[in-house]
Amino acid sequence: MFVRLTAAAAALSLLTGAALAQGAKPTDPQIAHIAYTAGVIDIAAAKQAISKASNKDVKAFAEDMIRDHEAVNKQALDLVKKLKVTPEDNDTSKTLSKQASDKLAELGKLSGAAYDKAYVANEVAYHKAVNGALETQLIPSASNAELKGLLQTGLKIFQGHQQHAEHVAAELK
Amino acid sequence: MRTGACLAVVAALMFGATAVPAHAATIQIVMENLVVSPAEVSARVGDTVEWINKDVFAHTATARNGDFDVTLAPKKTVTSVLTKAGKVEYYCRYHPNMKAVLKIAP
Repeated sequence: MFVRLTAAAAALSLLTGAALAQGAKPTDPQIAHIAYTAGVIDIAAAKQAISKASNKDVKAFAEDMIRDHEAVNKQALDLVKKLKVTPEDNDTSKTLSKQASDKLAELGKLSGAAYDKAYVANEVAYHKAVNGALETQLIPSASNAELKGLLQTGLKIFQGHQQHAEHVAAELK
Repeated sequence: MRTGACLAVVAALMFGATAVPAHAATIQIVMENLVVSPAEVSARVGDTVEWINKDVFAHTATARNGDFDVTLAPKKTVTSVLTKAGKVEYYCRYHPNMKAVLKIAP
């Protein structure tokens, strides 16, 4: 439990810290890149879960994640195309991707019920961290109204995922 | 033709008077941007609910008491008829932060 909370807190402070370290709030092209990257990360985690999870609720949850995050990212791509914005890689995206690939490797070593629990616990922590970043950093920084709107929808979706993950976690105990 | 139509109306009135005390209504419940509206709505047994999902995400309308569990594909409308009275709290299983109440009178 302590480890999980620490991981979530660390992810959150890295998310906001990296953006703040640039001395200015993230730009719309950077925000678009961060949001898209956050979705890609969760899709990769879900694909691993579909091949590794043993519990049917965990598998179903992973399928929900792929479906929703792909839908959000499709909307994001459509929007950046419409706005003629090119998503711009940045330190926050890089940090997120690095952390995610480490986590994927760590989870990859687990199996059975231990894997199921660790995946779902990480989903709770990850969505919590992303929601924190959306609320405190990305949404307030977004200048384009449509981008801000999409991020706000994203926040509601991910808050739903966090609650869903918490339910699944509670049932695994 | 005319007689047939009249008979149908009479039959409908008679049937309505005997079997269903009030006219069965159709109630629209919309899910858009992860919000269910109206958040609370009154209906009667026999009424039809049109569940309209305007989102690009799949949703469900799942009764906490197990009375119904409707799955809504993205951008689709599903109808269901209310068969049981009660104040039913329901939510989306995929996004449990989407919650609403359906008050169904007998």
